[in-house]
Amino acid sequence: MKKLLNTVYVTTEGTALKKEGEALLAEVDGVERARVPLHMLASVVAFGPILLSPALIGICAERGITIALLDRAGRFQARIEGPVSGNVLLRRAQYRVADTAEDIVRSIVMGKIANQRAVIRRALRDYGSEMAAAAREALERASDRMAMILRRVQLSDTGVDALRGSEGEAANLYFAVFDHLIRSPDAELRWTQRSRRPPLDAINALLSFLYTLLTHDCRSACEAVGLDPAVGFLHRDRPGRPSLALDLMEELRAPLADRLALSLVNRRQLRAGDFRQMEGGAVLLTDDARKLVLTAWQERKKEERLHPFLAEKAPFGLVPYLQAQMLARHLRGDLDAYPPWFWS
Amino acid sequence: MTDLPAEMDPIPLSAVQHAVYCLRQAALIHLERLWAENRFTAEGDVLHAVADKGGSRRARGLRRVLSLPLASARLNLTGVADLVEFQGLVPFPVEYKRGKPKLHRADEVQLCAQALCLEEMTGQPVPEGALFYAQTKRRVVVPFDAPLRALTEATVADLAAVLASRQTPPPTLHKTRCRACSLLELCRPEIVARPVRHWRDRMLAKALENP
Repeated sequence: MKKLLNTVYVTTEGTALKKEGEALLAEVDGVERARVPLHMLASVVAFGPILLSPALIGICAERGITIALLDRAGRFQARIEGPVSGNVLLRRAQYRVADTAEDIVRSIVMGKIANQRAVIRRALRDYGSEMAAAAREALERASDRMAMILRRVQLSDTGVDALRGSEGEAANLYFAVFDHLIRSPDAELRWTQRSRRPPLDAINALLSFLYTLLTHDCRSACEAVGLDPAVGFLHRDRPGRPSLALDLMEELRAPLADRLALSLVNRRQLRAGDFRQMEGGAVLLTDDARKLVLTAWQERKKEERLHPFLAEKAPFGLVPYLQAQMLARHLRGDLDAYPPWFWS
Repeated sequence: MTDLPAEMDPIPLSAVQHAVYCLRQAALIHLERLWAENRFTAEGDVLHAVADKGGSRRARGLRRVLSLPLASARLNLTGVADLVEFQGLVPFPVEYKRGKPKLHRADEVQLCAQALCLEEMTGQPVPEGALFYAQTKRRVVVPFDAPLRALTEATVADLAAVLASRQTPPPTLHKTRCRACSLLELCRPEIVARPVRHWRDRMLAKALENP
């Protein structure tokens, strides 16, 4: 199995990143804070005002280590990529099927809804008996309706737009009961509805931040196998949007990001005080909370799971790469369909 | 092979060696541009760094030319020989290899392809050459007999067809080759042609029946 390489997340304002020999060196006010061998590194994610030396940028481009620049709130600003990996035939196959990719979209939507439903089933199994009857019934009802949608997705032959509709319908059901999955006593940590750009409450702020990290990993996975991250199947092309990375991400949002958000809140590792409200209503994680989330994210990526299709153990962090690889192998004709990643 | 389409790029000699080992490996490297280092390829690089210095030397009537560019218009091949020794006018190609002599004939075919290029370029018959193995530190002389020449020409033709089709062929049936292949995890021979749609339906059925 390919090795899960590190991602370095740099959040301390004014950190200077340099190349020193075969290592990345992080300094704050001239004092060394971290040193990571380049051969252990897959990417560097810099939040806000971080300095990068030209020598480091050069070696990262050469070695295929991606550098992503995000603003302090975690919004994407820029990426530095080396030469595009060379498989033009794969990209052509991707472009050719992009307009008629119903079965790939079916796989993605199936994986996404099944995994959202698995999050609900897991909650019912683990603490359904402690829940209020109304909450338990709401979760059971959502789960049943999502099962119906899944059967429809599996059987229907009605085109990509119908699949997109099913995906939206399931997402509405899922987020309508999402509050029942939160067990924190903090009154501020409740769920009402999805909001983004900007997130308007703590849970949305947390989800948005985790989705940013996941998008980064999915985008790197596309690049690593030679797929064009901008040309999607479920997501329509839109200038500047990494549609294929977002497609890959759909199956992984619930098990990787949502579940992590829920456990951070439910285990009270994050509390109301870890979020701050800006004027105008936007809610952000505090700097310390962001560091805590980044550490938890790194730990989660190391956890090993059985990859359902490959029947091999793989760390969570490699799943985007493995799914991108399965998609590439399908596009090149090795597989009759794209096998989604089912979480259980 | 004389009626090659005009736009067909020359085939690298290194691809011929990949092709006789496994046509899919050659396609993954040369069509899909996938590459992965493993211990074997890394050792090969170190070895070739020595041979790649180039130049020529003369000793005891023998002229030794390092890193000699080769080509064949007839077979549409191009590449570089590690070392060619000229005894008088007769070329004698020598290829440096890691490890020891192999059971498969990939190394011999690669060397023979060099010989075919040398014959076309010099007009001289090239009756034999040698493989030098780093582990045994011995030269193994390879006679370019009719069966080896036929295997080499057939391999080049198969490879040309794969490259022209732009379609990566299915994996080889030689499982021992897969185990030593650095591309194993990029190739994933075990999943090729496994029926995904049925698997997907089974997984979904399982998810739906299991509360």
